[in-house]
Amino acid sequence: MTKFIIILLSAVFINNYVLSRFLGICPFLGVSKKLDSATGMSIAVIFVMLISTAVTWPIQMYLLNPNNLGYLQTIVFILVIAALVQLVEIVLKRYIPSLHKSLGVYLPLITTNCAVLGVTILNIDEGYTFWEAMVNSLGSGLGFFLAMVMFSGVRSKLEGADIPKSFKGLPITLIAASITSLSFMGFGGVVENLFG
Amino acid sequence: MNQLQNFSKGLIKENPVLVLILGTCPTLATSTSVTGALGMGAAATIVLLCSNIVISALRKIIPDKVRIPCFIVLIAGFVTMVQMLVKAFAPALDASLGIYLPLIVVNCIILGRAEMFAQKNKVLDSAVDALGMGAGFTLALCLMATIREVFGAGTFMGMEIPVLIDNKISIMTMAPGGFFVFGLLIAIVNKFFKNKPKKKDFGCAGCPSAAICRKAELGEECA
Repeated sequence: MTKFIIILLSAVFINNYVLSRFLGICPFLGVSKKLDSATGMSIAVIFVMLISTAVTWPIQMYLLNPNNLGYLQTIVFILVIAALVQLVEIVLKRYIPSLHKSLGVYLPLITTNCAVLGVTILNIDEGYTFWEAMVNSLGSGLGFFLAMVMFSGVRSKLEGADIPKSFKGLPITLIAASITSLSFMGFGGVVENLFG
Repeated sequence: MNQLQNFSKGLIKENPVLVLILGTCPTLATSTSVTGALGMGAAATIVLLCSNIVISALRKIIPDKVRIPCFIVLIAGFVTMVQMLVKAFAPALDASLGIYLPLIVVNCIILGRAEMFAQKNKVLDSAVDALGMGAGFTLALCLMATIREVFGAGTFMGMEIPVLIDNKISIMTMAPGGFFVFGLLIAIVNKFFKNKPKKKDFGCAGCPSAAICRKAELGEECA
């Protein structure tokens, strides 16, 4: 149990996907302008991360590894993720139209989101068991959510600020991201201290 | 357009990282040391070159509707090859790039060039474009890595620099320093290249947020 909590906390705070591992920067900078789109995108990411881990982990362990096809990992994983995203979109559209309406626009973007491919590959590289991998995916998704929501708050403050002309737009956003990620560095070592 | 212009546009005028703002994730993550940056740049350039050549050669065969999945499979194939080569011949580089090596698959520069250039142009033009863009990516990565390594670790490609080695600003090699240096570099580009191309001039094709943003289509400033 402690192991699960450690994996979850370190995925959310210490190895935060966006702010310390630099995965999923594009949606982090592109979709974080408004709180509601930031939340929608993050929920879609959590969802896709969980189901793609649930599918890719068994594929790697029971299909690729026993047949010495481990090197096909990258191709298989990106295809599985792309197919899953399509599938989720179709299923949502058919059965839960209200959810499709709010998440639909974000789903196609997720195929090329490196955080999703990143989490599935890292789960294998770290040698997690199935449930550890699932917890890690959940934590990574939640970490993405936390970073997106926090940062959309920071960005709404930036809207009205008087910024030098060269810094308008992306540069000031990156510098704000730098300060946000500085605050996350404070979590380093917290988990080791809590659980020894 | 002659080949020289075609090549050199990727270096400065349409630099993929600093002007087109593509491939931010690997730029931030692998620019902590110059050696890593060169390795990442070389790996991405090889994949870009191969994928641009093949996509351009197949541009009349690939049906328009399923072109993105086709491109992704082709790119993933080349990434796997590069991954195996690096693992076999440069294990140290493999260790330092880690997860970012397979993630070249989702690097927007490669899919972006396939969409924006390779599927519309001849094989030779696409190859030259890939070399230019790859060189531009490597250049931007090395620039960032130089700043971060020299000030953050007090070294340059592993060589110690006097004075700086005793006064390291180690935050520069960490995550916040990456965002900070990148922000500053883009601000400098904004300052000195006033007539740099606007996002709408080169379309939304390479932008991962294109599906929900659509601002460039309307002629507005992108998100």
